[in-house]
Amino acid sequence: MMNKGLKRASVVYCAIIALFLYIPIGVLIFFSFNQSKSRNLFTGFTLNWYKELFQNEMVLKSLGVTLLVAAVAAVFATVIGTMASVGIFSMKRWQKKVIMNVTYIPIINPEIVMGVSMLLLFSVMKTLFGHIGVDFSMGIVTLIIAHITFNIPYVILSVNPKLRQLDRSLYEAAMDLGCSPVKAFFKVIVPEIMPGIVTGFLMSLTYSIDDFVISYFTSGTSQTLSIVIYSMTRRKVSPEINALSTIIFVVVLTVLLTMNIVDIRKETRLRRQLQREVRR
Amino acid sequence: MKKLISLSLVLLLMMGLGVPAFAAVDQSELLCGEDYYGRFRDQNITLNVYNWGEYISDGSDDMLDVVSEFEDLTGISVNYTTFASNEEMYAKIKSGGAQYDVIVPSDYMVARMINEDMLLPLDYSNIPNFQMVDDAYKYMEYDSENLYSVPYMWGLVGIIYDSTQIDEVTSWDVLWDERYMGDILMFSNSRDAFGISLLRLGYPINTENLEQLEEAAEELKDQKMLVQAYVMDANFNKMEGGEAVVAPYYAGDALTMMDENPDLAFAYPEEGTNIFVDAFVIPAGCANQEAAEMFINFMCEPRIAAENANYIGYFTTVNGVDDYLDSEYFEPVWPTEEDIAKAQVFSALGEEANLYMDRLWTEILSYNQTGNEWFGPVFLVVALAASITINIVRATKKKREIF
Repeated sequence: MMNKGLKRASVVYCAIIALFLYIPIGVLIFFSFNQSKSRNLFTGFTLNWYKELFQNEMVLKSLGVTLLVAAVAAVFATVIGTMASVGIFSMKRWQKKVIMNVTYIPIINPEIVMGVSMLLLFSVMKTLFGHIGVDFSMGIVTLIIAHITFNIPYVILSVNPKLRQLDRSLYEAAMDLGCSPVKAFFKVIVPEIMPGIVTGFLMSLTYSIDDFVISYFTSGTSQTLSIVIYSMTRRKVSPEINALSTIIFVVVLTVLLTMNIVDIRKETRLRRQLQREVRR
Repeated sequence: MKKLISLSLVLLLMMGLGVPAFAAVDQSELLCGEDYYGRFRDQNITLNVYNWGEYISDGSDDMLDVVSEFEDLTGISVNYTTFASNEEMYAKIKSGGAQYDVIVPSDYMVARMINEDMLLPLDYSNIPNFQMVDDAYKYMEYDSENLYSVPYMWGLVGIIYDSTQIDEVTSWDVLWDERYMGDILMFSNSRDAFGISLLRLGYPINTENLEQLEEAAEELKDQKMLVQAYVMDANFNKMEGGEAVVAPYYAGDALTMMDENPDLAFAYPEEGTNIFVDAFVIPAGCANQEAAEMFINFMCEPRIAAENANYIGYFTTVNGVDDYLDSEYFEPVWPTEEDIAKAQVFSALGEEANLYMDRLWTEILSYNQTGNEWFGPVFLVVALAASITINIVRATKKKREIF
């Protein structure tokens, strides 16, 4: 259907898009091996920045905070979000509409609004808790609470479509065959919506690691990686950050590649099995 | 492939772990002894320190890791975090977003925080090394009785330029010179930008006279067509890479740029410039003032102050550092007595002047001489029209499909 010229054009187009996306990362990786601190002149190859990175306690600590917050927040958000979407799914139509609109608000809302409102909430809570003698100062806990909050909508939005695709009779069949509602939920519904849950979890993880604005307002005396990098901008962002970004990029890339390879292998194994059975 | 990656990661880790921490401080190099620094050992104290980014010797380039030296020496653990601007730091503390024990605002921000009762008076008897601080930086306008602050670093704003393109710089006028159109960089924060414009016009940099501010703003508007970009940290790349020819910047950072690009030179303008002092203060609500004062005292140890100065490239306020300071390094930007005498310190502006300056600055940034102010509204109208037509087309298509 497509003629040759058009096909070639589409290949070129895709290549340009890919270049557009990956050239910045390429430049970043390239300069992580640069001897001088400059981001303009390449003066020679060195692994020095990687060495310095592993000695820079502040950067490593903030990386630890970032990963910890992202992991904890993503787990909580996934559980809460999945439960929420199951609840929303069995609501009446108008209720569903209202709740879904409310869910969209944090996503459409500018991050800064959410950041500031969370900050206000936490400072009010601090004074309230202060009255009963509990020290509620901002730090990693408030950071995690904030991250859970902005992650939940993403989980709901990725689990919801999977629930809509779900065949209701499956659940009823499980109950007919003697499952308790709880067992039917875990044995039938959860495996069916699993891809949505996984997507939601990964989205939460990424958004958490990415987030700057909300973290900035709610982090108290702890500090995530994005805040550390931002604070370097008055003077100079150190090339150690290039090195760190390179490592993160390589790790994510390998995880993605291995996941894809495992997937492909699984698929071909399944196909072969199917073919064998058909032949038989 | 996987093996290769894991191998390289292991190598990286080994490099990191295999190299021992360099250059530990010897007790004999410190002025205060164990009876002073040992007081809080094993008491499980944590200090929250909030400093500028990249504003302390952090152990890279085989230099001292000052924070962990302090931790090893005193047994106090430090939660060291960083900020990028005075206003950002102020907002965070003012909003109750965090509780810190030691912070490092600049001069005018110290004044503002004193005015608003946000700082605790210091117990100078607990900071014996305060005597090492040069008298020139005590009792400054922002803390005229010197009750709240201990100066950390100071510096001047000057002009960094490409000496292959410009022979000599003596005046701020070079930033308004049409010959360098498109090759001029300018500060992207209002206070510094207005400071330069006011100095050039011969007005005091802390003026609250609205007419003078207005005049300075007009000059900045005129300058805008010559300016390549309003930048802060991007200054480094642009100057080092030769993308721009001339820019105002802080002396210490100019040194860093000159390290990378030997063509760069630095000068202080004859109209005078801005001198800044960043100082340690303790915000109200600090949980352990004595330990916080110990941290400040440690930073005033000549050995430590010199290490920080060598790392940052800014000038230390502490005396007695000659044995440790790499004074040759500071030579190209070291100001003369006259430069310092002519320099002015920022002080806190009144509410009205502050708001007025902010408004003028926004005006300057959105000001356009070439008349592109139509672009925004026109774009909006086009986008609206497009979305309406698309919707109408869709609706009619649907109708057609129904029938």
